[in-house]
Amino acid sequence: MSRAAIADKIMPMPKGDKLIVLAAGLLLLGLGALPFLAPALIVDKMIMLFILIIFAVMWNLLAGYAGLISVGQQAFVGLGGYAMVRMVDAGLPPFPAIFVAALVTGALAFVLSLFVLRMKAGEFAIATWVIAEVIRAIVSFDPIVQGETGTSVVALNAYAPEMRRMTIYLLALVSMAGAVWGTWALLKGRTGAEAQAIRDDEDAAASVGISTFRVKQRIYILASVGCALAGTLWLASSITFQPRTGFGIQWSIFMLFMVLVGGIGTFIGPILGALLFFALQEIFGDFGAWYLAGLGLVAILFALYLPRGIVGLWLDRGYNEPLSMRRRLKLPRG
Amino acid sequence: MRAVVTADPILRARGVNKSYGALKVLHDVDIDVLPGEALGIVGPNGAGKTTLFGALAGSFPVTSGAISFNGIDLTGTRASDRCQLGIARTHQVPRPFLGMTVFENLLVAAQSGARLDAAAATGRAADVLRRTGLADAANRPAAALGLLDRKRLEVARALATGPKLILLDEIGGGLTESELIALVDLIQSLRSEGLTIVWIEHILHALMRVVTRLICMSEGRILAEGEPRDVMANAEVQRAYLGSSPE
Ligand SMILES: Nc1ncnc2c1ncn2[C@@H]1O[C@H](COP(=O)(O)OP(=O)(O)O)[C@@H](O)[C@H]1O
Ligand SMILES: [Mg+2]
Repeated sequence: MSRAAIADKIMPMPKGDKLIVLAAGLLLLGLGALPFLAPALIVDKMIMLFILIIFAVMWNLLAGYAGLISVGQQAFVGLGGYAMVRMVDAGLPPFPAIFVAALVTGALAFVLSLFVLRMKAGEFAIATWVIAEVIRAIVSFDPIVQGETGTSVVALNAYAPEMRRMTIYLLALVSMAGAVWGTWALLKGRTGAEAQAIRDDEDAAASVGISTFRVKQRIYILASVGCALAGTLWLASSITFQPRTGFGIQWSIFMLFMVLVGGIGTFIGPILGALLFFALQEIFGDFGAWYLAGLGLVAILFALYLPRGIVGLWLDRGYNEPLSMRRRLKLPRG
Repeated sequence: MRAVVTADPILRARGVNKSYGALKVLHDVDIDVLPGEALGIVGPNGAGKTTLFGALAGSFPVTSGAISFNGIDLTGTRASDRCQLGIARTHQVPRPFLGMTVFENLLVAAQSGARLDAAAATGRAADVLRRTGLADAANRPAAALGLLDRKRLEVARALATGPKLILLDEIGGGLTESELIALVDLIQSLRSEGLTIVWIEHILHALMRVVTRLICMSEGRILAEGEPRDVMANAEVQRAYLGSSPE
């Protein structure tokens, strides 16, 4: 087939999106300076926000772009934490352990992927949850964890609190930025396109040459490492590891909430969803059980009135999705 | 005018069987597809034509039998490998990637099926869009297409993978006469570029303008095979057709 005289191209990023990227870059620089200016309480809260954004982006990658609806990502949150406890216990300094533990968890995700990714959607969702429960039970047997009592990464207490807080903050900021940018790059590339094809129709995807298993595996492992990293960062800032919390289903509920309320399968939606979730937690977090009921209510309101999530505010008015992953062909002269 | 057969077949199937539980859909099917030929397949609904395509493209494992492509044994290879080797198929009921645009449907096919980089895949996708009459719909969501455009998209997406052999499953149904002429022109020009074509079609007058050889299937078996006119004149073929849905 002959190439057209004028090379066909994909349209460049729209101006509005470029502005968003520029603003995000500036915001990141500003956030880098924040721990030197803000009080400790704010810094701690921001660490939690960064962790939430990592969770949202990872679950969106998995479910929104690859169609892998998992309710068991807490397996990797907990495993990351547990691996870090073990590594620090074996003498690895805690800050490098944040990253090494997350990567080691990826190796376990590889092994698990060989089983769960052969399942159909419904079985997959249930299997991920069951696996998380099984791993929690096994980890609870490790004497170092002391059952449900849990354990603490005491090595972290060797650092001055200010220094520790600032280090974890900066590591969390870099991790969050890395997760967001890495997901962007992945989705813009071939793997991202292949994942979406698999999500839409796995058999048809195979028929156009997509190695469906390998692509799903890549996404599953990346999302697991991401969740493990969020887990180790969370452990580093909270110091205490308890199987019940580390492997708790609440992580999955948070992820689902942020992604669905923000806009599943959109790039910016889950990040906005994380911001909303964070705000709700700040406002209503002290109300105990009412807080969970409130979250449920918000989710229902969204399902009824803004089913496409926060991003629906743009889409429903006919505007293009901000930071859309869609590749548009630039047709010669219209 | 019958082509003198000298070349080895590009695709060879021997003793292919496919059962769904107790239902035997393909019975010991043997097929040779010659390089560069246009082979037609006809037969009543339920004859197993679509299932044969699935078996050739690796959409599911066959119960028994051997299939080779360009001399490579395909036993145990996945659909994605077969596509990368050069076998592309369309689906009788279109299966577009609904969350993507028309252009993106083709782009990913060119990137994955033909292993092209982003720039080359973009060029390939744009070329195919123009040839299949989908250029104006390039940036529309696939979900917004009607059935006829979805069928076009099936053909376009298969072509974007850069196949050596393309399996077309009832792509002519529902087209107007002028659309059929455009489709026949497209298939003929593809063939003149060396693409090997196997086409399942109920619209016989369109099929007869393209194919050089015809197979008639019935109840999972090959009933007749050869010169298109001879096959259609065959008494058993006539009976198989009259015995089921008339054209
Ligand atoms: N996935 C399946 N499970 C069970 N039966 C099937 C399946 N696919 C096809 N069949 C049966 O196989 C037979 C042949 O179908 P098909 O290959 O679609 O025929 P054709 O394309 O010639 O109309 C039909 O009886 C159909 O009901
Ligand atoms: Mg059929």
